[in-house]
Amino acid sequence: MAQAAAVAAQSLAPGKARAARTVLDQVVLPGEELLLPEQDAEGLGGAGERPLLLNPGARSRVRVVCGPGLRRCGDRLLVTKCGRLRHKEPGGGGGVYWVDSQQKRYVPVKGDHVIGIVTAKSGDIFKVDVGGSEPASLSYLAFEGATKRNRPNVQVGDLIYGQFVVANKDMEPEMVCIDSCGRANGMGVIGQDGLLFKVTLGLIRKLLAPDCEILQEVGKLYPLEIVFGMNGRIWVKAKTIQQTLILANILEACEHMTADQRKQIFSRLAES
Amino acid sequence: MQTESKIRAEYGTDSGPRGPGCSLRHFACEQNLLSRPDGSASFLQGDTSVLAGVYGPAEVKVSKEIFNKATLEVILRPKIGLPGVAEKSRERLIRNTCEAVVLGALHPRTSITIVLQVISDAGSLLACCLNAACMALVDAGVPMRALFCGITCVLDSDGTLVLDPTAKQEKEARAVLTFALDSVDQKLLMSTTKGLYSDAELQQCLAAAQAASQHVFHFYRESLQRRYSKS
Repeated sequence: MAQAAAVAAQSLAPGKARAARTVLDQVVLPGEELLLPEQDAEGLGGAGERPLLLNPGARSRVRVVCGPGLRRCGDRLLVTKCGRLRHKEPGGGGGVYWVDSQQKRYVPVKGDHVIGIVTAKSGDIFKVDVGGSEPASLSYLAFEGATKRNRPNVQVGDLIYGQFVVANKDMEPEMVCIDSCGRANGMGVIGQDGLLFKVTLGLIRKLLAPDCEILQEVGKLYPLEIVFGMNGRIWVKAKTIQQTLILANILEACEHMTADQRKQIFSRLAES
Repeated sequence: MQTESKIRAEYGTDSGPRGPGCSLRHFACEQNLLSRPDGSASFLQGDTSVLAGVYGPAEVKVSKEIFNKATLEVILRPKIGLPGVAEKSRERLIRNTCEAVVLGALHPRTSITIVLQVISDAGSLLACCLNAACMALVDAGVPMRALFCGITCVLDSDGTLVLDPTAKQEKEARAVLTFALDSVDQKLLMSTTKGLYSDAELQQCLAAAQAASQHVFHFYRESLQRRYSKS
C-alpha cells in the first residue's frame, strides 16, 4: 500500500514520465506521459529507457502505433483517456499501445462491424443510427445481390449489421453490408424477432476477445443467435422470449464479474 | 511518505475536523452512477455535493456547430429555482476551464455537454463543480490533455488562509479565491476572485492551492483505480 502511494506520488510530480513497459495493464490517467523503450539492434544488452528518436535520419527507428487514448507528444506518448494501458507486440517493431477504457459513447472506426437502426430512406441511401455523433450513410447497392433493378427490402426501423468503409472525424461515416468480394458474409438486415440491448464498449471488446470463454458457456445453455456490434449493441435471439431475456441478463452481468464468479453462475444455470 | 499515508487514511474515514496533513475537507466521488449519460460522476467535498453528467461526442445543432472542434456546453442547475446570473457566470468559468484541457479538435462538428446539478451547497461550490465535471469527463472517455481540479481558498480579516472553506467561512472572509489547476504541472487554468487582497496574498493562495491540488489528483487516481479494479 505504501509502495503504491509512492508510485502515484512519483507519477504526479511535474516532468516525470514513466516508461510504458512498467505501467502495462495498469490504470493510466489523462495527462500522463509515457517513455518508449529504445530498441536498437546493437543496444539490446543495456537497453535503458531513453526517449525514442522519431526523426527519419536516425538508425534506431522503431515503429510504434498509438492506439485509442494515446497521442504522440514530441518523443513521448501522451495519455488522453483513463483506462488500462495495453500493448500488443507484432512480429517486428515496437508494437501497438492503447488504452482500454470503459466508455459508452461510440466513435466510428473504419473496419468496425456495428449494429445500426435505419432512421430514414432518402433516394438511394439509407441513414443509419449507429450511436455516433452523426448517422452513417448506407447505399442501397451495398447489399448482396442488389442491383439498380433489384432493391433490397429495407424499411425504416430495421436493424442492420454492417461494416464501416469510411469513418474519420471530418467525413460522414459510410457503411456497407458486403465484403470486398461482394458477399454478405453474415451482414445485412437482422431478422424480425430478437432483442437489442446496449452495453459498454469495453464489454463488447471483452466478449469478442479470442480468449473469452463467456460465449462458449452461453452457447452451451441454449441454442441461440447472437450479433455483437462494436458500437455497444448486442442483438440476441433464443427459442423463447424467456430464454432471450435470461441470455441478455447474463451478458450484461458479465461486465463486473471475475472469471471465477462467472464459472459459478454458469454452473448454477446449467443445473437449473 | 508517512504524511502521504496519513492523508490517505483520512480520505476514507470521516467528514470531521481537518487533519494536520491535509487542510481540505473530506472528499468522496462516485462514477458512472447514471445510466443515460455517456459519463457521470458525483463529487462530495465536505457537505457540498454536485452531480455531473456528460453527453458526448454527440450530434450538434447546426447553429452551434464549429467546423474544426467540438462545441463544449456547460449547464449548471441550482438546487432550487431557475438558473440566474450567478449560475451563468459559473457555467462560463467551467466551460473555459474545460476548453483548455479537452482535445476538442479530435471530434470536430460534435457537441460535448456537461450538466451539473447542485445537490447541496456548503461552501466551495465552484471548486466542487469543477471536480465533478472533471471526473464525469474522464468517465465519458472524452480525450483530455490533462486532468484539472478546482480549489477555493479564503483570506480572513486577519490574513489567515483557509483552504476549501465552508459556507460560513466564505461569508465572513475578506477575500474568496477559486483556482483551476491542471495535473501535468499544476499550471493555472482559471481563476476567479472576490474581495480585497494584496499581490503577495494572491501568490500565497496560489501556492497553497497548488500544494492542495496534489491531494485532489491523488484522490482522483485512487478513485479511478478503484473503478478499473473491477474489470
